[in-house]
Amino acid sequence: MTYIPISARERDAMLATIGAKSLDDLFRDVPAAHRFPKLDLPPALTEMEAAAELQDIALSNEHTRGDLISFLGAGSYNHYVPAAVDHVLRRGEFYTAYTPYQPEISQGTLQAIFEYQSLMAALTGMEVSNASHYDGATAAAEAVNMAFAQYRGKRRKVVISPSVHPQYRAVVRTYIQGMGVEIVGDDPQGDLDAGPDALESLIDDQTMLVLVQYPDFFGRVFDYTKVIAAAHSKGALACVITNPTALGLLKTPGEMDADIVVGDGQPLGIPMWFGGPTLGYFTTRKSYVHKMAGRLVGETIDNRGQRAYVLTLTAREQHIKRERATSNICTNQGLLALASAVYLSLLGQKGLRQVAELCYHKAHYAAQKLAAIPGMKLCFGDPFFHEFTLCLGRPAAEVNAHLLEHGILGGYELGQDYPGLKEHLLIAVTEMNTKEEIDTLVDALSEASHD
Amino acid sequence: MNTPANLKYSKTDEWFDPATGAMGLTDYAQSQLSDIVFVEIQVESGESVAPGKAIASVESVKASAETYSPVVGQVSEVNKALSEKPETLNSDPYGAGWMVKVAGATPGSDLMDSAAYEKYCAERSH
Repeated sequence: MTYIPISARERDAMLATIGAKSLDDLFRDVPAAHRFPKLDLPPALTEMEAAAELQDIALSNEHTRGDLISFLGAGSYNHYVPAAVDHVLRRGEFYTAYTPYQPEISQGTLQAIFEYQSLMAALTGMEVSNASHYDGATAAAEAVNMAFAQYRGKRRKVVISPSVHPQYRAVVRTYIQGMGVEIVGDDPQGDLDAGPDALESLIDDQTMLVLVQYPDFFGRVFDYTKVIAAAHSKGALACVITNPTALGLLKTPGEMDADIVVGDGQPLGIPMWFGGPTLGYFTTRKSYVHKMAGRLVGETIDNRGQRAYVLTLTAREQHIKRERATSNICTNQGLLALASAVYLSLLGQKGLRQVAELCYHKAHYAAQKLAAIPGMKLCFGDPFFHEFTLCLGRPAAEVNAHLLEHGILGGYELGQDYPGLKEHLLIAVTEMNTKEEIDTLVDALSEASHD
Repeated sequence: MNTPANLKYSKTDEWFDPATGAMGLTDYAQSQLSDIVFVEIQVESGESVAPGKAIASVESVKASAETYSPVVGQVSEVNKALSEKPETLNSDPYGAGWMVKVAGATPGSDLMDSAAYEKYCAERSH
């Protein structure tokens, strides 16, 4: 069935208006040979045949539920997703491509977003959260936008730690094109051992934002209180990109006096899904709420005195403020924000802490065993959460190929982003990795070190 | 609608007081915007202003607007209390709702007197 809503009469009227004689005349600029290219498709299959063929193709995937033992993280983490998360998501009331915002018909959706915002604000130790962005990288870029708006373009320098996720740094660079903003501090060939203290000398009275990651891309945990204070002393804002699972255990960026906290919500009830879609969270202080991009749901009282939820402070958003708005993104990742809200509600504060502790202890067990293999060591001496950098003494790509032969999806090859780290493997361990799996990894790597 | 006779008015609905150098949003503008919930003064003391240059950003429950300087001049004082109580713009637009004061500015011929501004507003509401 085709759905072309115009009648022949309407079509002819439109053609006449633009001066085309016929539909063919309209498309005459497209060379005839390219108008209807031969598609060369195989004969049509029945549904049963097509399902069998697709199943066949899908079987050549190797996934982390059974086929492979995974120690790959670097921004996307293999956590257990309780069955109830998916069950709630698939309810017809929520399962829609577009988030309905009209309060008259959408109290459930709006309340879910409100709960999500409340949970994220509590988790990050901040005062206000928006309804979410597309992913952690775009949320980080929105932090740069907000800082730019805060200083109305009077400050144009962003100090970024080199241990912020390389893809986040790339997305920030894409966003700032044409804004006249300068990024300093994130040279991937610079001193990567230095930690946050090295950023302090780069902060000056032109700096609008300092951007750091917690735990950082190499898995290290730093207390950013000092560098945030240094940013504030120059009048700049500070944004901390965080892993939300780690916040179940660690000091919050709010306690470090951060102005903005962003990150990827994927660890909170969202599968790895071949890399996306995920969810970007964005929390900040109340005083910046008018500069914050994105949707914001608030709680109010309706005309019968009943509790109700509505979009609030919408005059600051892009569809009203147009070119004066902080950002041109004004939507949210509704369904996945719901997933994170359900996940956090199911786990609660204690449950999230348990997940974080399992990750922490398993990662430390793995690190201890791996560092004991002759020729291998932990590259950094700093504290870490559930991810750490292992110096292999040989190219990481070779080691990963060896591990894959043993059914192990090894770590992230840091040489892809840091030319000086070709022998560095970033290894993530979550609650999903059993002791047996970790021991298998240790055995496979011991074997590799003997080759 | 309140349009004091001692003030001058711009086509973008700002008032200017030649006696004190103060400027702000007119009564007509505040009533069009309805409840104002946020104001940010975008200039600082010592900064130069001119027609077409934004001095403040205002948000109401239903709209957002920029306020422009009606005159050329240099900012001598900023009403810092306004951002704490943006509703002042609704309740007292010509008094406590002043936004910025400039020194040594003379109103240009493009500014209207109260009678002309009232007529200008009346034309727009049809």
